[in-house]
Amino acid sequence: MPNVIILVLIPFLPLASFLILGLFGKSIFRNTSGLAGTLSLFVSFLLSIYTSFGYFFEYGKANGIYQKLVPLKLSWLEFSNGLSIDMGIILDPISVMMIMVVTFISLMVHIYSLTYMKGEERFSTYYSYLSLFTFSMLGLVLSSNIFQIYIFWELVGVSSFLLIGFYYNKPSAVAASKKAFIVTRFADLGFLIGILVLSFYSGTLDFNTLIQRLTSPGSGELKTAVTTSFLGISALNWGLALVFMGGAGKSALFPLHIWLPDAMEGPTPVSALIHAATMVVAGVYLVARLFPVLALSAPEVLELITLVGVITALIAALIACTQTDIKRVLAYSTMSQIGFMMFALGVSGYGGSNGIGFTASMFHLFTHALFKALLFLGAGSVIHYVHSNEMKDMGGLKKHLPITHITFLIACLAIAGVPPFSGFFSKEGILLAAYEHNPAVFWLALATSGLTAYYMFRLYFRIFWYKASQQHKHHGEGGFAMMLPLILLAVGAAVAGFIPFGRFVSSDGSLLTLPFHWLFSIAPVTLGLLGIFSAMVLFKKENGKADQISSFMSRVYKLVYHKFYVDEIYLFITRKVLFSMVGRPAAWIDRNIIDGLVNLSGATTKAVSERIKVIQSGKVQHYGLYFLFGVIGLGVLLIYVIKF
Amino acid sequence: MNLTLLIIAPLITAVTMLLMRNAQQVKWTSLVGSAIQLVLAFALLFVFQNERSAGNTEQMLFQQNYTWFSAWNIHFHVGVDGISVAMILLTAFVVIAGVLVSWNVQKMVKEFYLMLILLSIGAYGFFLSLDLFLLFFFLEIAVLPKFLLIGIWGSGEKEYSANKLALMLMGGSALVLVGLLGVYFAGSERTFDLLKLSRLPIPQETQRLLFPLLFAGFGVFTALFPFHTWVPDGHSSAPTAGSMFLAGISMKLGGYGCLRVATYILPEGAKEYSTIIIALAAIAILYGAFATMMQKDLKYINAYSSVSHCGFVLLGIGMLTKTAITGAVIQMVSHGLMTALFFAVIGMIYDRTHTRSVKKLGGLLKVMPFITTIFFIVGLCSLGLPGFSGFVAEMTVFMGSWERPEIPYRVATIAACMSIVVTAVYILRAIGQTAMGPVTEERYMTLKDASWNEKLAAVILITGIVVIGVAPFWLNDLVAPGAHHIIEKISQLNN
Repeated sequence: MPNVIILVLIPFLPLASFLILGLFGKSIFRNTSGLAGTLSLFVSFLLSIYTSFGYFFEYGKANGIYQKLVPLKLSWLEFSNGLSIDMGIILDPISVMMIMVVTFISLMVHIYSLTYMKGEERFSTYYSYLSLFTFSMLGLVLSSNIFQIYIFWELVGVSSFLLIGFYYNKPSAVAASKKAFIVTRFADLGFLIGILVLSFYSGTLDFNTLIQRLTSPGSGELKTAVTTSFLGISALNWGLALVFMGGAGKSALFPLHIWLPDAMEGPTPVSALIHAATMVVAGVYLVARLFPVLALSAPEVLELITLVGVITALIAALIACTQTDIKRVLAYSTMSQIGFMMFALGVSGYGGSNGIGFTASMFHLFTHALFKALLFLGAGSVIHYVHSNEMKDMGGLKKHLPITHITFLIACLAIAGVPPFSGFFSKEGILLAAYEHNPAVFWLALATSGLTAYYMFRLYFRIFWYKASQQHKHHGEGGFAMMLPLILLAVGAAVAGFIPFGRFVSSDGSLLTLPFHWLFSIAPVTLGLLGIFSAMVLFKKENGKADQISSFMSRVYKLVYHKFYVDEIYLFITRKVLFSMVGRPAAWIDRNIIDGLVNLSGATTKAVSERIKVIQSGKVQHYGLYFLFGVIGLGVLLIYVIKF
Repeated sequence: MNLTLLIIAPLITAVTMLLMRNAQQVKWTSLVGSAIQLVLAFALLFVFQNERSAGNTEQMLFQQNYTWFSAWNIHFHVGVDGISVAMILLTAFVVIAGVLVSWNVQKMVKEFYLMLILLSIGAYGFFLSLDLFLLFFFLEIAVLPKFLLIGIWGSGEKEYSANKLALMLMGGSALVLVGLLGVYFAGSERTFDLLKLSRLPIPQETQRLLFPLLFAGFGVFTALFPFHTWVPDGHSSAPTAGSMFLAGISMKLGGYGCLRVATYILPEGAKEYSTIIIALAAIAILYGAFATMMQKDLKYINAYSSVSHCGFVLLGIGMLTKTAITGAVIQMVSHGLMTALFFAVIGMIYDRTHTRSVKKLGGLLKVMPFITTIFFIVGLCSLGLPGFSGFVAEMTVFMGSWERPEIPYRVATIAACMSIVVTAVYILRAIGQTAMGPVTEERYMTLKDASWNEKLAAVILITGIVVIGVAPFWLNDLVAPGAHHIIEKISQLNN
C-alpha cells in the first residue's frame, strides 16, 4: 500500500519551501533561495517517482485493473446537510501521471531559473511563488473531492496571477495578470455553480462516490439528476457543462482563451511551467477526472466538449500562423494542442478499446508537457540572448545558440507530429479516435495538424535561419543550469512516444494498446511535412514571399492577426456594458437616489423644525395666547363634540 | 467562567486610563487592557469547548441571572453559545488591532482610547446579553462612541458623516426598541428574557408585524439595503481605528441582532419575510460590488465592499437553513477580521502618502513591501481566495443556500455567486493600481515601511484570517450547534 507520509510530503515540501522562502527568503537565503527551492522540489520529484513506481508496478492493480485508491481523507469542513469538503489524496493512473509531469517540469523550470532569473531583485520571491504554484498544482491533481479540487484550482489561479505580474512595475504585466485572474474567475463561477448543482443531486462531494452514484444506471440520484430539467436541459448536464466551463477557462479554450496570450508577460520559465505544461491542462485533467460520468451519463456534454475543443484547436492554430511575438506563437500553439486533448476526450468512449480517445488525450497531455516546456525554455534562451520577444530581432541564431537550436528543432519535430518523435504517437491516437467517432472532427483536426507543422517551423526558421547572422552579442548560451533542462526535456520529447501509454492510463483502468496503423499515418505525416516544407520555402531565407502572401489576403490576414477581434468584443462588454451600464449607474444611484432620499428626509426634518421653532419664541405673551387658544379649543371639544 | 469578567475587564481598563497622566501611559494601559480581553476571549473559547466536549449540550452556557429592575421584569442575564463565543473572539481581535494601529494619534489621546474601550464594552455586553433590555442597553453604549470618534477625530466631511451615521443608527435602534416592546407585550408573560421569549407562543399576526421592525432595525447596523448609505460616508470620515471598529464590530452587532433576536424569537415572521430578505441581500451583494467597482477612494472601496460582503450575512440568515446560518456567522467573523485589516492597511497607506485616491497611488510594492503584502493578503481574502477566511464563509453560505430549491432562493444564490467575479475585478483594480505598476510620485520613494505596532496589528488579524481559512472545522463546529437552536423552531414549522 502507498506510504501516506511520502504522499503528503510530495505537495508539502513545496509548501514548506513557499512559506520559508516567502517569510525569510530575503533576510536569510537571498541568493541561495533558488537552490533551496530546487532542492526541496528535487526531493518531491524523487518521491513522485517512487510513488508512481509503487502505484504502477506494485499495489495499483487489483484483478488487472488500476484502482482509484484514496489512502488519505481528512474531513475539512462538514456542512450540516451531510456534505463534506475533505482533504484527501487520490491515486489513480491520471493523478500519478500528473504528479510525475508536474514535479518533473517544475524541477526543470527551477533549475533553469537559477541562471535565467539570476540578479533579479526579487529572486527569493520568485522561487517562493514557484513553490506555491507547485504545491497548489500537486494538491489539485491529488484531490479526492470536487470541492478540494476547486480550492486548489483557485490557488493555482492566484499563483499564476502572482507570477504573471512578477515584473510588477510593467503596466502591461499588471494588466495581463489581472486579466488572467478575472477571466479564469469568471469561468470558475461556472465551476462553482456546477459543483453546487452536482452536489445537490448526487448528495456528495467525494469524487469516487459522485462518479459511482451518477454512473450506476439504477441509482436514484442519477434518476433525479436526469429527469429534473431547467430550460430543457437536465440538471446533470447543467452541472457538468458548468464544471466544464471552469475547465475551459483554466485551459484557455475558446471563447475563454483571451487571457493566455497576455499571460506571456510573465517570466519565460513561468510560461513554460504554468502556461504550457501544467496549469493550463488542469481543465483537461478535470474533464478526465469526471470522464466516467460524462461518457456514461451525459454524452451531450461530451459533444459540447468536442465542439469547443476542435474550434479552439483550429482557431488557435490559425492565429499562431500570424503572430510575431515568439512567446505568443507558442501560447496559441498551446491553446491549439489543448484543444486537441479536449476533443480527444470528447470523442472518446468509456471502457476497453472504446477509450482510445481518453488514453490518447492523456498521452498527448504528457508528451505536450515535455515538448512545450522545451519550446518555452528554448524561447527563453533565445530571449535571454537577444533581449526581445519579437521575431524581427531574431534570425540566424543557429550558430550562436547551438544547443538551443538542436533542442528546439527536436521539440518542433515532436509537436509537428513527425515520426518517431513523441508528438507523432500521441497525435496519431487522437486522430484515430476522432476518425472512428466523428469524421468531421477528424478532418478539422487533420487540417489543424498541418497548420501546426507550418507555424512551428515558421517560428523555427525565423529564429534560427532567415537572415544571415546578426551582430555578435557578448555572451553565448546561458550555461549549464539553462542547458541541462533543455537537454533532458529534448531527450524526453524525442523518445517519450515509445512509452506503451495504454498500459498505464486508460478510461477504466484496464490495459489498452493504442492501435497503430501505418496507412492511417500517411495523411497526417504528409500534411505535416507539407507544412514544414512551406515554412521552409517562406522563412528559411529572407525573402518577401511571406509578406506578399499576407498582403495578398490582407483582409483575412488582418482578421486573423487581430485574433478574430475576440479581445475587442470582451473589451466592449466589460467597458461599455459592465462599467458604463451597470457599475456607473449603480454608483450614481447609490449616491444620488438612495442616499438622496436619506439626505432628503434629513433636510425635511430640518426644514419642518425651522418652521415650527418660531412657536418656541420665549415670549410670555405668545405662550399666554396659545394657552387661551388651548382652553377655548378644549372647551369646544368637550362641550360640543364629546358632549361631556 | 464568570462572563461578567468580559465586561468588567474593559471597564477597569477605562477607569485606569482616566487616572493616567500622559499619552504614553494611556496607550500602554489600553494595550494591556485589550491584551487581557484577548486572553479572556481565548479562555472563554477554551472553557466553552471543554464544557461542550464534556457533554454539556445546554443551549447557553455559563449563565448568570440577576434581577435588575424587578417592576419591569428586567434582568441582568448573560450566557453564551458558540455564536456568541465566536463574536466575542472577533471583538477581542479587532479591539487589540485597533488599539495598536492608533498608536500615532495625536489629538486628545486619552479620550480617543476611552472611546475605543467604551465601544468594546458595548460590544461584549451585547454579545453576552440574554435579556433584550440589557442587549438594547449595550447596543446604545456601542453607538455613542462612534459618533464622537468620527465627529472629533475624523477627517473630511466629518460632521455630516457623524450626524448621518448616528441618526441612521439611532433610527435603527428606534425600530429595534419598538420591536422589543412589542415582543415584551405580545407574549403571555411580560419578560425580556430571550430564552423564555423563544419558547413563548407569539401569535402569527404579531410576528408578522414585529419581525420587519426588529430585522430592519438591526439591519441598518449591518448595511441592509437600502439602509446602507451611512456606511461609505461613515467609514470614509472615521479615523482608522474608528473604521475598523465600525466595520469589524459594529456592523456585526446588527447581523447578530437579526439572527439572535429577530429570527430566533419570531420564527414565523422570519419565514414570512425570508424571500424579501434574500432579495435585499442579493441586491446588496451585487449592487454593492458593482458600486465598489466605480469607487476611486480606497476607503470607499472597502466601505462599499463591506456592503456587499455583509449581504452574505443577511443572505445566510434569510435562507433559514442551518448551514447557511452557520455560514452567515462565519462570514461575520471573517468579514470583521478582514475589513478591520483592510482599513488598517488603508490607514497605513494614508498616513504615509496622505492620499487614498487609487489614481494617485502606484508602485507601493517597491516602496513599502510589508504594508503592500498585507494589502495583497487582505485583498485576496476579500475576493474569497481559499486559505483565507472569506472563502470558507462564502462557500458555507453558498452550500447552505443551495439547499433551498425554490426558484427565488436559487436566483438569489446564483446572483450572490456572481459577486465572486465582480469582487475580483474591483480588488485587482485596487491592488493593481496602488501596489503594482511604476511608482507614481517621487516623494513615495522615501516612505517608511510599517512600524512595530502596525506589524503586530496586522499579524494578529492575519493569524485569525489564516487560521479560519486553513482549518475552518473548529469554527464550524463551534457555530453550527448555535445555528441549530436558532433554526429549530423554523424547521419544526416546516414539518
